[in-house]
Parts: sequence; structure tokens; C-alpha cells
Amino acid sequence: MIKLKGRMICKGKAEGKALVTKQGISFFGGVNPFNGIITESGHELEGQSITGKILVFPHGKGSTVGSYALYRMKKQGTAPLALINSECETIVAVGAIISEIPCIDKIDISQIKNGQKIIVDGEKGIIELK
Amino acid sequence: MLKIISKFYLYNYFGEKMQLTKEETEMLEGKKGNAVKKSMEILLALGEIYGAKKLVEVSSVQVAGVSYDNLGDAGLEYLSELAKDGKVKVLTTLNPAGMDLENYKVLGIPEDFAIKQKMVINSFTKMGVIPTCTCTPYLIGNKPNIGENIAWSESSAVTYANSVLGAKTNREGGPSALASALTGKTPLYGMHLDKNRIAKIKIIVNCEIKGTENFGALGKVIGEKVGAKPTYIIGIKKASLEELKSFSASIATYGGAAIFHMKGITPNKTIIPKKEIVIAQEDINKSINELTMNNCEVDFVSIGCPHASIKELEKVAELLKGKKVKKEFWITTARPTKKLADKKGYSKIIEEAGAKFAADTCCVVAPIKGRFKCLATDSAKGCYYAYSKNNSKTKIMPIEKLVEEACK
Repeated sequence: MIKLKGRMICKGKAEGKALVTKQGISFFGGVNPFNGIITESGHELEGQSITGKILVFPHGKGSTVGSYALYRMKKQGTAPLALINSECETIVAVGAIISEIPCIDKIDISQIKNGQKIIVDGEKGIIELK
Repeated sequence: MLKIISKFYLYNYFGEKMQLTKEETEMLEGKKGNAVKKSMEILLALGEIYGAKKLVEVSSVQVAGVSYDNLGDAGLEYLSELAKDGKVKVLTTLNPAGMDLENYKVLGIPEDFAIKQKMVINSFTKMGVIPTCTCTPYLIGNKPNIGENIAWSESSAVTYANSVLGAKTNREGGPSALASALTGKTPLYGMHLDKNRIAKIKIIVNCEIKGTENFGALGKVIGEKVGAKPTYIIGIKKASLEELKSFSASIATYGGAAIFHMKGITPNKTIIPKKEIVIAQEDINKSINELTMNNCEVDFVSIGCPHASIKELEKVAELLKGKKVKKEFWITTARPTKKLADKKGYSKIIEEAGAKFAADTCCVVAPIKGRFKCLATDSAKGCYYAYSKNNSKTKIMPIEKLVEEACK
């Protein structure tokens, strides 16, 4: 088991499987809020669902409306369980907080493998890789 | 003792160094209600990400994220949740909505959209936000002075406020600006610190720039060359409010700049940078040509991006007097500006000619995708969004030509 320490952006605990990408994600326009599937053309996760995953990505991108899109997904039950970033920015931080999705950044995301089981402790800013 | 407690609390909460007052700590703990608590969480997370050491008080807020076209039901739901116990602490005005709140039927806005849009406005109004629905708050009574800390979203107004008014604001998003309205605070970083407002590149403009369309083209040239970096621009002899409004919108749209300095025109002090870029007439021509697309028959004419001033409405009325427009022609403006035009008789002339007022809204946020194939406008920002958001081709031209085009 490996423990990684990052910075808490939004508190909360979660446990689940990692979905990892090296590319930024745009939650407004880049993800279908009704089924959680990434729709951005050419994205390495295109066609995959982020619902119920620990979503691991470097940072958000695109419109600030993306924060509301995360909120919408949370309300519809299509949101990820937690968000892990290398560098969090305004869109993801605000989205995580208003939606109450645990979020940690300052993590070396290259250490996380796709499908790996992860425990996220937002309060402590720690993730455990199983 | 209280200070120690608040520091300790924050250490636990964020593990780092932002310092909160007793009042701010209580806000974060939820003692001032849920909307305030959520807002503090947003502001502290942003402060943490961008290295702020504390919060500062703001005197004015401009909230974007108003159009139901962009918010959807999720945004509406979030706003209704905040409106349960949230009340603004400072003067707070609102960005354009997705429709004219009175005249939407004439503009062809569907009824189901109108119902949702009114619900969005009601949530804001319940929180004490003034439903001004304009991107030019500085024209209708929300005009901060030099040196004031404010929290504005709407990129064109942010650049105008920082550069032309000399107030201090970051480029806020809708939720973070609203968080500032509900708490009266913003984290102290970025544009609030003088060191970040200093010009990094000197821009030498070697040609005469005149008219809103050419100032827009200049904004596009500079934005594309230097991105978001603060600039010191020389060579502009004079610039009207309308020209600076167009320029601010364009430089923010094409480059993301929050501030520029214009020698002899804007009020902020800056160190003059060594690195220089020269802009000549060819650059302006190239930019105008890029926004004037071929193989496109104009089917939509629009003036008022950012929202038209009373002087612009006067000019349009003069040009339209006794004429009839043959194409869809929208004039987007703030409702108070429209009211002035009513009093001066401009609105009557404009409407008798067949042009339509679209107050409270604009061509960037209204749900008009697919309705028009080719927009003619004097706004470089308007061209950008017509093309990228609404799949429309564009032609940029001065107001005189726009009126001619509309009557052709």
C-alpha cells in the first residue's frame, strides 16, 4: 500500500476505482451530464464513464460553467466519487465545493494506475493506493 | 486567544497559512448560515490555490452566469439553494440573461426557456442582487473608483474596471463572484496586488485607430500576440468610452488579459517594460479581414457588444431615421440605457424603422444557435462568440455600414 499526501480542496471520504488521464477535462461541453460519459472529441477517455470513479486528471479546463455541470452530475447521480488533480484550478475547485465531492490536489498522478483501488481522505489530504 | 483559535482552526482546515478574522471563522463554521458557509469554502479554496494570505473586503460585485442557456437546471438548482438564506452584503449587479425579460416574445424566445430564465432571475433577486442584466455595470450605477477592491465576473467588464476605472478585480467566475457578494470578501491575490498589475510588454501602435470596430480589431491583434500578459500601449491619441469598451472586450476575449495600460488614457501607474511589439496598419487590416468572412450573406445585424451606451443609441437613431430595415436587427443594451433612449425619442425612431431592442440580454448568451448564418456587427468579441458558440459566420464593420447593411 502506498500513501500520497496532497492538499485538501474539498473535504469528504471516498473509496473506489481510479480512472486516470493525463489530459485536462472540461466538465461543460466535454462530459455528458446525463450518463457521465466523456464526449470531447479525441480525448483519451472519450466514450468512458466517470460516474462512480475516483477521477484522476491533471486539471480542469474550459468554461467556468463547468463548476455547475459537476453540481448537476452530483444531483443526478452521475458524478465521480472523488477528484484527484496535480494542480487544481478555479473551475474544478468551485465545482467540487458546491457539489460536495471530495477533492485533493498536489498529487503526483503518474503514480496512480487505471483501475487501481484508491481510498481518498479529503480531510487529511491523503490518498491510499491499494 | 481568539486569534490563536482562528489560526489553529484554519491550520486544521487547510493545512496552510491563510489567516482569518473571528468573523470570517464564524462564517466558515456556518454560524452565519449555509449560503455564507458555502461561499467562504469557495473563497478559501481559491485563496489557497492562488496563494492568498488573507481575505479583503470588496465594495462591488458583478455576477456572471445568468443565462439559463449556460446554467441549465443544475445552475438554477444551486442558485435556489443559496437563495434559501443568502443575502448580498455589497452592491451587486447582474450580467445579461438569456433573453429580454419584457420583450422576449418579439425576439422569438420559447416560453419554456422564458419560465426557467425568470426562475434564475428570481433566485438572484431574492438574494438582493439587482437584476440589471448588463455587461456594462459601469454605465448604469455600479462604477467603482480607482484603487477599490471589487469582485467582478464578465471578462470585458473586468478588463474595463481594472484598466479604465483603476479598480482591482480578478477574472472571477459566476460562483466565486456570488460568493464574494454573499460574504463581502475576496481572497487577496492576483490583480488585487499591485505587483501583478505592472505591464510586461510595451505595445507601440504605429497607425491611427478610430471607431469601435478598429479598437476591437486592435484588441484581437494584441490578445493573440501576448495572451493574458499586462500591456503598456502607446500611440493611441484618444479613445472614447465606447472605443475603450470595445477594446476591453476584445483584448479579454482573444488573449484573456485582465488589465492593460494606455499612455495618456488609463489611470494606473506602471513600470514601462523593455520588451516591445510594434503594431502597424497591416496587422489591423489582417484582423478585420479574419472577422469579415467570405461566402456569407448577412442575415442578422447586431449592435451592442458590450451593451450599447446612450451615445451609441443616439447614433443608431440618427442613422435609422426615416429608413426601414430589411434584416433581423438587434440592439442589445442595458434596460436603464434603453429607458433614457425612450425619453429622448431614440427608441421610437429605432423601433419604427423595424430594428428590435434586446435589453437584459446579448447575442453571446441568448439561445440563438442555428437561427442565423451570418452576423454583421461592430464588435470583435461578438464575432468570436457568433462563430465559436453559435456556428455563425461574421462580418465586422462600423455602425454606419451596419445600418446600411440592415436596410439593404
